[in-house]
Amino acid sequence: MSKMQVELAGVTLKNPVMTASGTFGSGEEYSEFVDLNRLGAVVTKGVASVPWPGNPTPRVAETPSGMLNAIGLQNPGIDVFCERDLPFLKKFDTRIVVNVCGRTVEDYCAVVERLGEAPVDLLEINVSCPNVKEGGIAFGQNPRALEAITREVKKYARQPIIMKLSPNVTDITEMARAAEAGGADILSLINTLTGMKIDIHRRCFALANKTGGMSGPAVRPVAVRMVYQTANAVKLPIIGMGGIATAEDALEFLMAGATAVSVGTASFTNPHVTEEIVDGLQTFLEEEHVEDIRSLIGAVR
Amino acid sequence: MSCGKSVTRQGRRKENCRILSQDCIGENIYSLWLEGEDIANAAVPGQFLSLYSRDKSRLLPRPISICEIDREGGRLRLVYRVTGKNTGTEEFSRLCPGDILQVLGPLGNGFPLEAAKGRHMLLIGGGIGIPPMLETAKQLKGEKTMILGYRDQLFLQEEFSSLGRIYLATEDGSAGTKGNVLNVLEEKHLSGGGIFACGPAPMLRAVSAWAAGAGIPCWISMEERMACGVGACLACVCGSVEEDTHSHVKNKRICRDGPVFLSTEVEI
Repeated sequence: MSKMQVELAGVTLKNPVMTASGTFGSGEEYSEFVDLNRLGAVVTKGVASVPWPGNPTPRVAETPSGMLNAIGLQNPGIDVFCERDLPFLKKFDTRIVVNVCGRTVEDYCAVVERLGEAPVDLLEINVSCPNVKEGGIAFGQNPRALEAITREVKKYARQPIIMKLSPNVTDITEMARAAEAGGADILSLINTLTGMKIDIHRRCFALANKTGGMSGPAVRPVAVRMVYQTANAVKLPIIGMGGIATAEDALEFLMAGATAVSVGTASFTNPHVTEEIVDGLQTFLEEEHVEDIRSLIGAVR
Repeated sequence: MSCGKSVTRQGRRKENCRILSQDCIGENIYSLWLEGEDIANAAVPGQFLSLYSRDKSRLLPRPISICEIDREGGRLRLVYRVTGKNTGTEEFSRLCPGDILQVLGPLGNGFPLEAAKGRHMLLIGGGIGIPPMLETAKQLKGEKTMILGYRDQLFLQEEFSSLGRIYLATEDGSAGTKGNVLNVLEEKHLSGGGIFACGPAPMLRAVSAWAAGAGIPCWISMEERMACGVGACLACVCGSVEEDTHSHVKNKRICRDGPVFLSTEVEI
């Protein structure tokens, strides 16, 4: 059997397949369709210091080979997350990555500090959600703000931190360097691309929020390009995502320079897909006589 | 009889289901029977299925309510509307007997038949909300009155009429009461001990208000744009009157906590 293990900031994943935040709840809903023990990591939906109600509906719209969402980071808050969702995830032999959101730097730090004692392997700091007015993207589109929040969060974090980058910038390498300068341990990219859809019959926006984050296979070439650029700009390990629906898609990201990958929207099209991608990667390694998946990371220069 | 399952496990799996028949029963209204032993065994009235497109550019499943459940025959009936050109539902309408459709289900909670025991139930359906009321009517053994509201063309009304007392409403007055299901309730001075309803939001709003006035419990099947269909993505929420025990905000997931809710617990 070829080796599938990868390492992110000292944390070993049994394979590079992770879920993408916001598409997999906290694992419970999909545990019926996927054996969570087989995933490299489960990345939870964003959690804030207090419950957030999210945006009005409609919150999603389909687009060609893609979709728009504007959920608005609805979440039950860190207390419920720690009491209910974490103990559930803890039952499985997989790494736990908690996505952290907030409106202010203090909000992020409060959640990160609270999770310090929790059975959590990595923290993903969501500074790139395009669907909330405050916080989120405000930090993710300005390199100085990104560096500052990274530095501040790092002071409170007991686990390695992943800074999740927005593709809605002119130069993603500038943002990657800022996060690296601030002390980030890992980068994840891409978050969704801001998009819009109009219902011409009703003459209104398809989403109540007007704009939403675009995901799905349609964005994949953009994401692969950004992972490649980022991998060549910083020394940090990268979690690549954006439209991954098959093992072949995941391999593109690894060869572009990602150490691990997150699978998101594809779970909506096929609830079993994450596990199937793990199988597909293993098959590819055997067929191509690759002994260790790590030899493929950044294989394309 | 059930088809295409690769692994047996405790949970549901996305299945390849064979189409048994498909008929156009009205303008843009299709009736489809599909094979699915496990789904038919597990399903209750008011639940829905996620149907997946063969077109890889359509990522999201289409939630379609179950119209009839044939447990013995291991098959299910869906009656749905084609929503426009180049849509997923238009693709489904072209499926022929023998074709394969990818399906996940049954999903959602369904109507609480046990709560209807000993009550004279009013079953109210509007437009494409009518189909799920058929299996509900079939399984509801007690006294029941059915009120079906259409824009103009009728469908399924003959199948309902064999199950009990039925009233029709059409917007153009071509059949039954001119107007909507509310006009029927008022014109015929109907009353009952409870309501099961499915239809467009304005209808559900009006029926819920009428039920509140009459002081009877009313369960409504809600609809919203969905993505995952299994409660993970939080796309298809509706407002709840009280803080929800799962979301911890005033929101409920229609696909997982619903689609059927007591009208007094949700904001319509």
